[in-house]
Amino acid sequence: MTTAALPTARDAATTTPPTTHGTAQGPAWKRRLVVTLFLAPTIIGIGVFTLLPIIASIGLAFFRWDIITNPEFAGLDNFADVAVDPTVRRSFLNTIAFVVVAVTLQIAVSLGLAVLVAQRMPSWLRTFFRSVFFFPLILSAASVSIVMRYLFNEDFGVVNWFLSLVGLPGVAWLTSGWSAAVVVLVYVWQQFGFTFLLFVGGLAAIPNDVYEASAIDGATGWRQFRTITLPLVSPTMLVACVMSVISALQIFDQPWVLTRGGPGDSTRTAVMVIYESAFRQLEFGRASAVGVVLMALIMGVTALQFRLSRRFVFYQ
Amino acid sequence: MTATALRTAPAPRATAPRTRRRALPTPSGATRVVILLVAAALTLGPVVWTISTSLRSPAESFTLPPQFIPTDPDFSPYAQVFQQVNMGLLTLNSALVTGVIAVGQMLTAALAGYAFARLEFRGRGLWFALVLATMMVPVQVTIVPIFMLIRGIGLSDTLLALILPAIPTAFGTFLMRQYFLGLPLELGEAASIDGAGVWRTFSSIYAPLALPGMAIVGILAFNFHWNEFFRPLIFSISEQNYTLPLGLVSLQGNLGTGSISVVLAGVVLSMIPALVVFVVGQRPLRAGLTAGVSK
Repeated sequence: MTTAALPTARDAATTTPPTTHGTAQGPAWKRRLVVTLFLAPTIIGIGVFTLLPIIASIGLAFFRWDIITNPEFAGLDNFADVAVDPTVRRSFLNTIAFVVVAVTLQIAVSLGLAVLVAQRMPSWLRTFFRSVFFFPLILSAASVSIVMRYLFNEDFGVVNWFLSLVGLPGVAWLTSGWSAAVVVLVYVWQQFGFTFLLFVGGLAAIPNDVYEASAIDGATGWRQFRTITLPLVSPTMLVACVMSVISALQIFDQPWVLTRGGPGDSTRTAVMVIYESAFRQLEFGRASAVGVVLMALIMGVTALQFRLSRRFVFYQ
Repeated sequence: MTATALRTAPAPRATAPRTRRRALPTPSGATRVVILLVAAALTLGPVVWTISTSLRSPAESFTLPPQFIPTDPDFSPYAQVFQQVNMGLLTLNSALVTGVIAVGQMLTAALAGYAFARLEFRGRGLWFALVLATMMVPVQVTIVPIFMLIRGIGLSDTLLALILPAIPTAFGTFLMRQYFLGLPLELGEAASIDGAGVWRTFSSIYAPLALPGMAIVGILAFNFHWNEFFRPLIFSISEQNYTLPLGLVSLQGNLGTGSISVVLAGVVLSMIPALVVFVVGQRPLRAGLTAGVSK
């Protein structure tokens, strides 16, 4: 699971005012020492393993370096590669296309299923569906991809066998133009449970009266979904979109195990280029540049979504 | 969809009784359950096929039509996994890495979360904002400098290379801060009056009460790092330092198409601890995944 929940600025702002505990006793230096000891592991750890590496990555992106010989200043060459080098360029286009298709599919599937589950049904059945859709999240993407490689095998795969049952010809899923579609399907199969969970929570928060009132007015079915469910679930939608976009932009495990980026560069992703540039071709500067561009992309898209949300998100 | 759309609906009556389950607008009754059952079958299908196929003898592992219910189970693939890869060592490595990370995250996150929630110090808001800001940075962006750092301090190709950078946790810190904020202040005040210092108040009053929150941090860390593939792929060079996902992918590579059932037996074995966590910790895991998501 590559998802981490996103706290909002609101959370940070609505904190209770500082309230000290147990600080009545002891001299000031002692209290300061205690605070330092509480924070040191986390602050030092994050500083050494996240903050400094970010700065180092940005710096490294301007160099050509193979770890063995001395680094050589490269100016913006590594960044230019992202736009010009066919493999790097392709990997970014693939990643962006993947994010658009996979996130759209994930949101549609999980919202649809959440709406279905939210309705009248025995509670054991609801629990059953919730557990089933949640289940793939606990599996490793690598194991899932191993299994899916067999299922999508051209010659003895179960998927092609099902196709043959309805008289369709088999497809070379992993070695043709279909491979990107398989990557999307495998990814969405594993991830939709997460957004499903968010939507189940979001739908439960919609007061029932609104539906009853609109039913009295004669609104049913699709119209109710469009005028009530969608606007009222839009805050959840924003969170679901932001988090699934961030996690989809980092896709690596599935295409690595399923296709190794092939055929050609058709399923190569940005993270795969980071891995290959650094640890296969020993081009650490280029890998850093790709990482920096990816980070900028994540921050840019996230900021954009929050901006757009002002127009589309309705808070009750 | 904009807010104006909602105005077409009349204002909700404040006094209306709230029924727990509403009638949302969708296909009714049977259609709905059929759609959900198909979705459930598609979700569980690959898992059931995996378990079933892992119970076929290696020679018969890829027969069509596919088998979904194991008849006449053959456990020899499970024995063969242990012969073809060092399953014991892989499991031990995974357990060690995941266990130390989980415990490390629980402890450090509890300490930092408590400081951010309940202790007063200069720059508290700023430090906390800094910690939160790192949550959005994916590990792939920082992997090259971390790799160099690990090399620099001589931890290349050790399990510590996987463990150390994963212990400080921004998300866990956030989670624990929220948890401590939810605990009553009066307990600490009482302890303070009784003469307890900062550490004493934390260790004997608040830390025990925060154990459920720490469990969420631990379960999340377990689920994520047990399944982690990217960092082990980079940091584990010799096979003795492989973790389970890495070992399984290389096992699949070695075998080609020879014996699916052996590879799948490995997959099933690696799933068992995750499954235990799923059964025991489904609720806290769900709570942790959706924590911090404001409505």
